[in-house]
Amino acid sequence: MTTSTPEPARRKRLPISLSNERLAGLFWQIAVVGIAIAVVTWLWSNAVHNLSVRRISTGFAFLGREAGMPIADAWLSYSPKNTYLRAFIVGIVNTLRVAVIGIVLATVLGTMIGIARLSSNWLLSRLAAVYVEVLRDLPLLLQLLFWYVLMQGLPAARTAWIPIDGVYLSNRGLVLPSIPIEEGNLWVIGMAAVGLMALYALRRRLIARQLLDGQPRPVWPYALVLVVGLPTLVSWGLGVSWTIVMPELRGFNFVGGLTLTPEYFALLVALVTYTSAFIAEIVRSGIQAVPMGQWDAAMALGLRRSFILQHIVMPQALRVIIPPMTSQYLNLTKNSSLAVAVGYQDIVSIANTTLNQTGQAIEAIALIMLVFLTISLGISLFMNWYNARIALVER
Amino acid sequence: MTSVTDAPENPLPFGRSRSRRAGSGSLIGWLRANLFSSIPSTIISLALIFLLAKACVSFVQWGFWNAIWTVPDNQTGGCRAIRGLGACWAVIPEKYRFILFGTYPFDQQWRPALSVLTFIALFLVSSRRSCWRKELMLAWVAALVVIGLLMWGGILGLSFVPQDRWGGLPVTLILATFGLAFGFPLGIVVALGRRSRLPAIRSLCVLYVELIRGVPLVSLLFMSSVMFPLFLPDGFNIDKLLRAQVAFVLYAGAYLAEVIRGGLQAIPSGQHDAADALGLSYWRKNALVILPQAIRHVIPPLVNTFLAFFKDTSLVLIIGIFDLLTTAKTAIVDPAWQSFSVEVYLFVALIYFVFSFAMSRYSRRLETEAKST
Repeated sequence: MTTSTPEPARRKRLPISLSNERLAGLFWQIAVVGIAIAVVTWLWSNAVHNLSVRRISTGFAFLGREAGMPIADAWLSYSPKNTYLRAFIVGIVNTLRVAVIGIVLATVLGTMIGIARLSSNWLLSRLAAVYVEVLRDLPLLLQLLFWYVLMQGLPAARTAWIPIDGVYLSNRGLVLPSIPIEEGNLWVIGMAAVGLMALYALRRRLIARQLLDGQPRPVWPYALVLVVGLPTLVSWGLGVSWTIVMPELRGFNFVGGLTLTPEYFALLVALVTYTSAFIAEIVRSGIQAVPMGQWDAAMALGLRRSFILQHIVMPQALRVIIPPMTSQYLNLTKNSSLAVAVGYQDIVSIANTTLNQTGQAIEAIALIMLVFLTISLGISLFMNWYNARIALVER
Repeated sequence: MTSVTDAPENPLPFGRSRSRRAGSGSLIGWLRANLFSSIPSTIISLALIFLLAKACVSFVQWGFWNAIWTVPDNQTGGCRAIRGLGACWAVIPEKYRFILFGTYPFDQQWRPALSVLTFIALFLVSSRRSCWRKELMLAWVAALVVIGLLMWGGILGLSFVPQDRWGGLPVTLILATFGLAFGFPLGIVVALGRRSRLPAIRSLCVLYVELIRGVPLVSLLFMSSVMFPLFLPDGFNIDKLLRAQVAFVLYAGAYLAEVIRGGLQAIPSGQHDAADALGLSYWRKNALVILPQAIRHVIPPLVNTFLAFFKDTSLVLIIGIFDLLTTAKTAIVDPAWQSFSVEVYLFVALIYFVFSFAMSRYSRRLETEAKST
């Protein structure tokens, strides 16, 4: 349609001409793909040559070898005698541990600050604005190093700062009371999770029935039975113990309790505060995107402001909020790789150590890419599913 | 009387009666409307005032009242004695030359300083709407050449300074600016490629963008520092800074491509049809009709991407390139000054903040301008 040359004139010429749109397209594609293949082959042949000169064998056989690298902060049982594969798995768990907890905390903090930014209280909204502006404008790595230095500057374990009984903040990190989890505890937790899911399904049915006859049906009695009652019963029946272990100072360190190392804690604080500033802006603009008429109409009905925000404005704002929120979650996960700067051993840090020890550069980086692409894909899929669920249903 | 005029930035009626806020003339009236409008609001205000006052007092005590501003050469004993109670700002005059310019020869440091000023002038000129013309490209080329000459030297009587002596603020600005200068055209080409009708080109562009955006920048930098040499023929070695720069160009290209693609999608198809009807070729159509409109659409998000990119240059610390953050971290390795990293980080934070804040203000101004037209 674009090359509207008269038909007969074209027939007389050679059929091959770059002014023909389809041929030009084919030519460009072959040219670009050809160049791409040529460059990749050239790079690859160089790499094969260089690797053979350095006597590094390609392939993932090194994963079965003994790693010999200490990992200070591992949730899975691990010792330097374990294989590289085990070390990588520990690294993946460490990355997920920061990312998942960070995403939850950043969402909560960011939403609170985003709402505070819209408060009618001048001081509160100004402070929230300053928080957002300062944290967004400074490099995350600088903030991370800053938090880490602050952590190291804390008093020693003997003179730890104790905000609440059983919670110790010192240069050994944050030590919290913990509950030892055994098989019985897992059963009870599982029971509560099942109860929560049942409650969710039940709530939907109750709301569907309310839509039919307009009668509000309270959910809380069911919640009490399903989420509190049943697990308690199971716990009592199995005789599960829920004793809280208080950390104790022995010598120079703490025994018992849950210890968050300074590296982990600094990384978590930096990621959460930094990302929460971005989330606050997303939440604020999402709420502002809901037309004022919605507020006016709801207030005309005599509804309370907290009710309006929760049940009328937020569900609409979420449609604007979710897509950019997804990319913030992805950013937080990717940013967790800054762990390497403070010596928290996440997947990138462990891959880097492996790379230095074995020289398996290509494989190590391929593993990093694989892990992050998988996590990114997982988050994207989940958020897309959630987004589709809350999307506007036109009736 | 309308709610729109009183607070355009803050148009939500959270616990606020709008008429009272609009009618606040005096200070007392303003206080009552904005801080003490209801009982919960009063409680929040009082709590915040208390906390703020406490924080201010302890900061002033630490940062000014108890602070030590100068010490006689490297005698930091006095500083150490007040550690935790007062700041030791003496570390800044002692180390600022190193933090700003790294290991650049001391008597030649006017050259990186001049480069930084050239960068700032370039940014200021580029931010003026009246300067958005073709000549601006020439200004960029000229400025980048001048900066290269100043930093390297070797001619015009300037002594040659190799790249591994560069450090500090100029390196941060070089990484960010050159990354953008080359990443921007790359981003445009990739964005066009991603919207191309040719399947092979489209999938190549999608692959590139998604691969780069899917992995952390840290791993790209590792790749540039460790893996890149493996992929080059023997005896062909590229400087570490240049390798990191290449990684940044690829990184910026992928992110900018997505922003520009957003702009391309906002162009109505009538523009394409009209350009086709005029008989313009693909490249002329995009260069003369589509891109000028598309880029104009996405200037505010572009500035935000620039800002993110400027902050991200600090990650080169991890592969040991001496940018502003790395020089700061190195400055306090000196045993005499080891325990004053908070002061140094605050100093560096201030420098980063000045650049970032200017950029974010600028992007916000562009956004309001775009809305009002």
